[in-house]
Amino acid sequence: MKARDLTDLAFRNLREAILRNALTTLGVAVGVASLVAMLSLGVGLQELASKRLSQSGLFDTIFVTPKNNFRGMGRPQREVQPDKPPRTLDEDARKEIEKLPNVIEVYPQVRFFTEVRFNNKPFATVVAGMPESSRNSGSFDGMQGDFFSSPTANETILQIEFAKDLSEKPASLIGQELVLRYAERQALPANDDSSTPSGEPSGGFSVVPKELRLKIVGIVETEPAAGYGGYGNARLLMPLATASTLRAAQVNDLRDIVRDNNANKTTYPSLSVRAKSPSQVETLEASIKAMGFAAFSLLDASKSLRTFFSVFDLLLGIFGSLALVVATLGIVNTLVMAILERRREIGVLKALGAADSDVQQLFFVEAGVMGLFGGFFGVLFGWLLGRAITFGTNVYLKRQNLNPIELSSVPWWLVIAAIVFAILVSLAAGLYPASRAAKLNPVDALRYE
Amino acid sequence: MPNAETAIQLDRVSRQYTMGGATIQAVNDVSLSVARNEFLALLGSSGSGKSTLLNLIAGLDRPTSGSIMAQGQYLAELTSIELARYRCNTIGMIFQSFNLLPRMTLEENIELPLRLAEVEREERPRRVREALERVRLTHRLGHRPTELSGGEQQRVAIARALVNRPKILLADEPTGNLDSATGEAILSLLRDVQRQLGMTIVMVTHERPLAERYAGRLAIMGDGKLLSASEIAKETPQ
Repeated sequence: MKARDLTDLAFRNLREAILRNALTTLGVAVGVASLVAMLSLGVGLQELASKRLSQSGLFDTIFVTPKNNFRGMGRPQREVQPDKPPRTLDEDARKEIEKLPNVIEVYPQVRFFTEVRFNNKPFATVVAGMPESSRNSGSFDGMQGDFFSSPTANETILQIEFAKDLSEKPASLIGQELVLRYAERQALPANDDSSTPSGEPSGGFSVVPKELRLKIVGIVETEPAAGYGGYGNARLLMPLATASTLRAAQVNDLRDIVRDNNANKTTYPSLSVRAKSPSQVETLEASIKAMGFAAFSLLDASKSLRTFFSVFDLLLGIFGSLALVVATLGIVNTLVMAILERRREIGVLKALGAADSDVQQLFFVEAGVMGLFGGFFGVLFGWLLGRAITFGTNVYLKRQNLNPIELSSVPWWLVIAAIVFAILVSLAAGLYPASRAAKLNPVDALRYE
Repeated sequence: MPNAETAIQLDRVSRQYTMGGATIQAVNDVSLSVARNEFLALLGSSGSGKSTLLNLIAGLDRPTSGSIMAQGQYLAELTSIELARYRCNTIGMIFQSFNLLPRMTLEENIELPLRLAEVEREERPRRVREALERVRLTHRLGHRPTELSGGEQQRVAIARALVNRPKILLADEPTGNLDSATGEAILSLLRDVQRQLGMTIVMVTHERPLAERYAGRLAIMGDGKLLSASEIAKETPQ
């Protein structure tokens, strides 16, 4: 029998027992819905986490330091290849890295320990310069007040813990000013008396105390500058361009001065390189290393995260599939009942010239059609369920004064995969009934009342 | 020996069943030849094996021993799919209980063998109408079988059996569920069809007077055996 005739007959048969077949299809739909809802939550959470992490810049950022930079307390010194002199991380290097393919931006890490005066009281803290791109990183979502009005504004955003140190009512700080007291680095002219034993002139620098008034524009609860590449957590954030112009003394200055660096030339303790996407980080990291710098990223952590979500999705999928298993049994039951009811009809079909394979295919198509409709409605119900869960969660989050999130996500691949899966499961459920119907002896079937 | 004029040739055909440990010889060593365009009536009491023999000729069942040749094909040599094609294209069947599918309209019932024979969709309405015209039921095309009388249902069953233009029509007690007048009308229709289309008809019945009136030859079965097969002498119509 031709496929179209087979489908026509299957639809006709399904229509004839519409209530029972609709209920069976509904069973499949509920099974698929539970699977889709579970997986949509898994996918949604994964997307949420990936989005947040990608916005945070942790997974598309490479931290570049000079190769002989000290790594930190108690950690061994990196090996330096004697044949390659370590390169200085200066403005030239920054521009060179910026020219590499797939680089969005390269910015220095400006971070220094300093003192802040507010209401004539001193407070010690760490200052960090924030690039303009951090505005959209998600780190400042839900902040009180506003982000910096311009990349060069004399403004500051305080981390909530520091704001609490300054005032019992942190919100009242917005709009007020504080005084940043910092040590400005000023280069000294080269002097023969201070030449090194090798005879080369060495430029030192002097440290001059300076002050800058900063307007408090916002208070943030997260820690946008929590140091991966830096030391300590910065509590006072200011525009990176403003922070750079301060020429505040940083940790690498002392190291640079004992080396033969010119104090007039700005060097950076580290640079942050943002790639266009996390997938380009690995190649970019290798290119930077080839340039003679140390570079590292959180790519491996990102891989672990993906593994975690794959396992998470698998577990959700298994739980979601349980309802589908029950639905499968429903299909088997419906089709076996249909064989009993249509026994005589099967006999007539065979007497009229239907081959065993025609009968088998007819039952197969009926199972497949139930799977198709079950899959389609299941995806719809699953999507609605996901929306309902997201809605409920967001109502709760709103009450907690938190930003709404997109908890569930039904991507196209999930829609197609769920429908295909429902059809395959239904076909598998139809295997036994279809084979039983095909094997029915037509003589017995025709005799059946 | 079968020749070009033979439509069906049964050669020492036997069919036995095992039921509850007992062996039942439904058809026992039957040899019979049916000529092309012949109207043969197979008579016998209940359980004599006539319906089993009909099922064997129809290819719905296979004999335990012996061979069946129909329209030049030995059925034993046919695969399951070829046997289905044989039932579809060579054989037309009608039954005592009509066996129309109640969920389908008359048109759909008659179209069913055309679907199985994979006849083009455009061709089908014409063939259905032609078959219905032959049984004079064109005005009931969209009706369901349950809306028809017994006689009308059997006429629809005949139309369904004829729609694929088979060479052999097998009728299993076609008048068994009908009153005598209607039964006679059905047999009259069968005979007309047989003469117009040049078909071979094998009809199982236990109504001897009807068989004698319409069939050309009677074959009588008892206990699975063929007891006799004889021509019916008929008066030449004036």
